[in-house]
Amino acid sequence: MAKIKFTSALTRFFPNLTEMEIQGSTVKEALLNVEKNCPGILNYLIEDNGQLRKHVNIFLGDELIKDRQTLKDEVSSKDELLVFQALSGG
Amino acid sequence: MKTQLLVGTSKGLVIFKCIDKRWSIEAVQFEGLPVSLVYVDDRSHTWWLGISHRHWGEKLHYSNDEGKTWLEAALPSYQNYYYKKSIPAALKRIWVMQHAGKDRPQGLWLGTEPGGLFYSDDNGKNFHLIESLWNHPSRTDETQWFGAGKDYPFIHSIVLDPHNSNHLYIGISCAGIFETNDAGQSWQARNKGLKAAYLPNPSAEMGHDPHRVLMCSKNTSVIWQQNHCGIFRTENCGAVWNDVSGTDGFPLYGFALAIDEENENVAWVIPAQSDEDRTPPGLKLTVCKTEDCGKSWQSKTKGLPSGLSFDLVLRHSFVRKNNILCFGSTNGNLYASEDHGESWHELSKNLASVLHLAFS
Repeated sequence: MAKIKFTSALTRFFPNLTEMEIQGSTVKEALLNVEKNCPGILNYLIEDNGQLRKHVNIFLGDELIKDRQTLKDEVSSKDELLVFQALSGG
Repeated sequence: MKTQLLVGTSKGLVIFKCIDKRWSIEAVQFEGLPVSLVYVDDRSHTWWLGISHRHWGEKLHYSNDEGKTWLEAALPSYQNYYYKKSIPAALKRIWVMQHAGKDRPQGLWLGTEPGGLFYSDDNGKNFHLIESLWNHPSRTDETQWFGAGKDYPFIHSIVLDPHNSNHLYIGISCAGIFETNDAGQSWQARNKGLKAAYLPNPSAEMGHDPHRVLMCSKNTSVIWQQNHCGIFRTENCGAVWNDVSGTDGFPLYGFALAIDEENENVAWVIPAQSDEDRTPPGLKLTVCKTEDCGKSWQSKTKGLPSGLSFDLVLRHSFVRKNNILCFGSTNGNLYASEDHGESWHELSKNLASVLHLAFS
């Protein structure tokens, strides 16, 4: 199974959030499975129209995912995903 | 008697208390997070917070024990709705909350950006979009509904008739004022008499920019609004608005408005220089008060800074409860008056930008 890691900033809202192994052949499927383990987190990452929030990034390996609209980038069992917030000032 | 003031700032919620005119900070919560909405449901004393996360989107929280503990609430969703043809809608911000009246004890209204009004009939467990307004033919006309300082139009004022829960007004920037007499099933624009100086036709039916709208609860036919293009007042339930801006152009522009809900003649505004500058006129922080329906305005500066000021007071950052008025600025300054706005004193000059105030 693929692995998924999260920015530590999310642990303020989801204290039990840790790196996990996750099923899913696309980024969207993987995130839907994260939601099962961590109810409510999907809303922190995705807008209600289904696209990735503007200031959230997801790395698939060393590359940012390409499909921010529908999250259909393919994920294999050897992949590692990293969910991170875009840097901003203030 | 204890009064609490909830101060939503760009860096957290600051709770002030006032006992016998002595103010102090009681608690700081949600430290570091932009608290863009604070609302106290005076039916149940539930406290509501809206947080506009920079990364994680809008969130709603509520407390049933005056802020000791908080729970995250359900969010209004635009899923399967379209802002315009082929453009899926998404929640950008929750601007305002209003309870739905004592005869609808579980009812809550929410005003949002990009222009949707939501209702909950189960005290916030679920919200649904009011389709009668979303599908109003004017909404998808970009000359009638459009963003003002934001990318999308937003509902920032929900005015409930305290004697009739079927009767509401909403203020939309930019579109104007809409009225319903059937609890949101149908809507009528109420913009006659308003000016929209930025439009080719300033008297157009739509496209107006009310910044803040408040109703006199003792005489509900009287409604005030601080508008982008002046201060307006109606005595006939919004059938016609009268321009009550200062005759010499001061006060005129601004965001903040407070009214005496027991006296239809009395209101306060905090002027800003112009939509380009958004600084106090003459760089002097001033509260203006009228006691004659806006025929004349008096500057009330006692206790406010005598030197230069760059304070801007946003639309939800000026509140009144009985004889106490409070306002906070984007500079993080907070002032209070305990004598109907005749004089002021500083509560803090070290807060983050003040976004929303509410008394508990």
